[in-house]
Amino acid sequence: MNKHVIVIGAGVAGLEAAGQLSRAGIDVSLIEREKMTGGHLNDWFKLFPDRRDSREVKDYLEKFTNNDGIKLLAGIEIEKIINGRGGVKVTTSEGKELIADALIVATGFDLFRSSRKEEYGYEIYDNVYTSADLEKMFRKGKISLHNGKSPETIGIVHCVGSRDEKVGNLYCSKLCCVTAVKQAIEIREHLPESKVFCFYMDMRMGGAMYEELYREAQEKWGVNFIRGKVSEAGEDINNKVIIKVEDTLAGRPLKMELDMLVLMAGMEMSEGGRKIAGLAGLNAGENRFFAVTDQHYGSNRSSVKGIFFAGTCTAPMNITETISHSRAAATEVISYLNNK
Amino acid sequence: MQFDPFVIPFNIGLYFIITYVVVRCIIWFRDLSRPDKLRLQRGFFGKPFGESLKEIFLESLIHRKILKSNLRLGYMHMSLAFGWFLLIFFGTVEADVFGDHHLNAPYKAIFFRFFNPDHGRTGFESAYGFLMDLILAFILSGLLLAVTKRFYSRVVGMKKTTKLKITDRIALTSLWMIFPSRLLAESFTSGAYGNGSFMTGSLGAWFSTFLPVRELAYPFWWLYSLSLGTFFVLLPLTRYMHIPTELFLIFMRNSGIRTGDKPGTYSEVQTYSCSSCGICIDACQMSFAAGINTMQSAYLLKAIRKNDDVSHMAQNCLMCGRCDQKCPVGIELSPIRMIQRRMEDSENDFRTVYKGYFRSQQRPEPVKPVMPPSFGFIPEAEPKKVDVVYFAGCMSHLTPGIKNSMVKILNASGLSYSFIDEAGGICCGRPMMLAGLDREARELINLNSQLIWKTGARTLVTSCPICYKVFKESYYLDVEVLHHSQFIGNLIRENTVKFNFLRKRVVFHTPCELGRGSGVYDEPKEVLSHIAKLEKSKFEDQNSLCCGGSLGNLKIDSRDRIRIATQTAAELTKGDPDILATACPLCKKTLSAVTGTRVADIAEIAAEALVIPRQQRNIAKQIRIIKELADIS
Repeated sequence: MNKHVIVIGAGVAGLEAAGQLSRAGIDVSLIEREKMTGGHLNDWFKLFPDRRDSREVKDYLEKFTNNDGIKLLAGIEIEKIINGRGGVKVTTSEGKELIADALIVATGFDLFRSSRKEEYGYEIYDNVYTSADLEKMFRKGKISLHNGKSPETIGIVHCVGSRDEKVGNLYCSKLCCVTAVKQAIEIREHLPESKVFCFYMDMRMGGAMYEELYREAQEKWGVNFIRGKVSEAGEDINNKVIIKVEDTLAGRPLKMELDMLVLMAGMEMSEGGRKIAGLAGLNAGENRFFAVTDQHYGSNRSSVKGIFFAGTCTAPMNITETISHSRAAATEVISYLNNK
Repeated sequence: MQFDPFVIPFNIGLYFIITYVVVRCIIWFRDLSRPDKLRLQRGFFGKPFGESLKEIFLESLIHRKILKSNLRLGYMHMSLAFGWFLLIFFGTVEADVFGDHHLNAPYKAIFFRFFNPDHGRTGFESAYGFLMDLILAFILSGLLLAVTKRFYSRVVGMKKTTKLKITDRIALTSLWMIFPSRLLAESFTSGAYGNGSFMTGSLGAWFSTFLPVRELAYPFWWLYSLSLGTFFVLLPLTRYMHIPTELFLIFMRNSGIRTGDKPGTYSEVQTYSCSSCGICIDACQMSFAAGINTMQSAYLLKAIRKNDDVSHMAQNCLMCGRCDQKCPVGIELSPIRMIQRRMEDSENDFRTVYKGYFRSQQRPEPVKPVMPPSFGFIPEAEPKKVDVVYFAGCMSHLTPGIKNSMVKILNASGLSYSFIDEAGGICCGRPMMLAGLDREARELINLNSQLIWKTGARTLVTSCPICYKVFKESYYLDVEVLHHSQFIGNLIRENTVKFNFLRKRVVFHTPCELGRGSGVYDEPKEVLSHIAKLEKSKFEDQNSLCCGGSLGNLKIDSRDRIRIATQTAAELTKGDPDILATACPLCKKTLSAVTGTRVADIAEIAAEALVIPRQQRNIAKQIRIIKELADIS
């Protein structure tokens, strides 16, 4: 009889893990709470650093998951997970019981809810947006303010909900810097007359081709990078956003009037992941992402036998890293099943 | 003359401690300021004296406040204090009535049975003996609890008990020895003479069956006297100094003396009145939420008594005031902590402290002169003349939802107002005060005072309880200072503005600075019950929790802050309310980071419920039309 593995979450990590397992001849049940697969890929228009369309990646992932070996259960929640002698038993919201030999948790991340950082005025002031809002505008092909006009001056705030003691997130989400650079370039492409200012603490360009993109943003696109954290945002009578920020290189406080403020929301443990943690008795680590058994060689393993992790449910990762991590998870599962 | 050498230790101890306490009280009295001396003199011949006697009876003997909050702990304290008092009182009466003389020396009463071993034959005498045995049993039951508490504090319903230093241990041991040695000494004597009441008598009779009780009695009388003497002599070096000092404290407090902002007799008397009962430790969120057990008030006072360096301890506190509310002795703990913070860079180059039995003057390193801060760069503002000034405060600028809501409400009220720090303002000065930097704070206070004074306003509304407290207490302004919850309350009462009723279940978190800090408990709740369904929580009013975000703590780690905030939010949202309401931008910010429940300021909820007057709605529409026209042109 064929072995059976359940994968929770059909984002980048879940799709890749399911595809890999299926190619190894294992039956997979892929459970996704949303109607659509692809996770955050659906919300992003173009990907850093090469600015390819996110659909290309999604198409690649789905090419391997559209086969008979993978049963997709979309729009379904999980109600119960019991890990016993006979394997892992999962009960879905439809009351169906699935029994599998192993479980991969690929619940991904949630974007930091920017309204929690109230001083930036998200959902209070009309012209404060998040990086995700901006991606939607890019997909529509039009960047516009609340009143429908095009912005002339745009400010981008890095580290919203990352490296911030006050919101309880001490870690770096590591993708927001390069996202800001990518989006700054895209804004300048769409609106050649506009001015873009990025307010950063550190530029963490630690990925393939990131530094080159950062250089391009400065040299080719004239994006202004100001080192300093925005302390607060306000709104004037003309709906312009007034920000207070310190330029820590020049050593002076700044007050700026902007048409649009974009917040680079960080990554947090997903709400769905927390639910699964509760159901399966999995531990959270220091940063509330799932705790892995070893940082170096156990980043796919959980403390529960037969349950494995794939992707950003363990730490912030980019797509390249997520896919590698998911392949590693598939390898771990296959060797686990062979030695069972 | 009845005398025996074994009473000498007791006599030495007793006369030593009496002399010592009298001398110390004289020194304390001498150090009082002139007005405080007058207060004390007035108090002595007036009502405060009687009130103090009553309070001493209720609090120092019965321990009413501890009994109310924790029955078992209260019983422990009561049985030791009140029981011992009864034993001395009835013992003195016994010696006076049944002894061969009237007006005996104290040792005659204490060691009555030794000098009158044949006592207790007649009916009345044995009834009296029964009473004395009963009192001793009462004390011993409390002692049993105390001994158990030392090793297992949960017995008396306490999570934590205070840690002890070596002299405390010796004194504690001698205190523990006093009553068992009395029991044994009396039992042996009773056994030898075949009398005694239900406890000493039966115990003595039983001992006499297998022990040479007549020979054993004498060494135990020695032990009893030695324990008493040791305890009395060590008393000034230990926390038991609170026994005599507390009496003086109660009298001083009832005469109207308060802590103030500098070290002095009253703060010293309070420091010595702490019995280290540990109630403040159990009340402290730093302890039960963050697991930090080094800086609580009992430890701070002990460190001050020991003359240790307390600066880190003094600053590692949320200043939430929960311990002030719970202290059964009524010690003004937060003001004493503030004195320690101010002393950090104080200009006083000496202070007096007790070291052991003696008093010494300490000269700390002279403090480097601090350059006066200068706020010359702040431009002089010319505010317009208005009736009401609205001061949002810096924290409300970080929570724009609150200030926007207040602007909506102020607009609807139709009052002439000015949003004085709309484009950013000057700090109210309270954070500096909490850090002990009063002089720097005063500069800010002067700048803000000038600004407010120029507006000619009669009312000052602020959104921040931190600002509210300092405006109320440390500004010399001829304006009515209102927190916005009070202001909204006034609008409701006077029916100036109408509010809808929201179908939402709300639980209210009282901010420390507004509640315990400024005594505003009811107005916010009145406002909330007018506009929504207000529900009760376990932590109301004086017992409310700190959100953990407090500006008062200059040392705490952010993770410990989050621990405190998480627990507070969890406690308050136990009933799963729709909104966790508060009345402080800092509480809102801190709590909203750690809970899934919506956290909102009272002003935001009020603005949601606001019925915008018809007139204004029309104006808003016209303004929009004008704006649109202007854009077209």
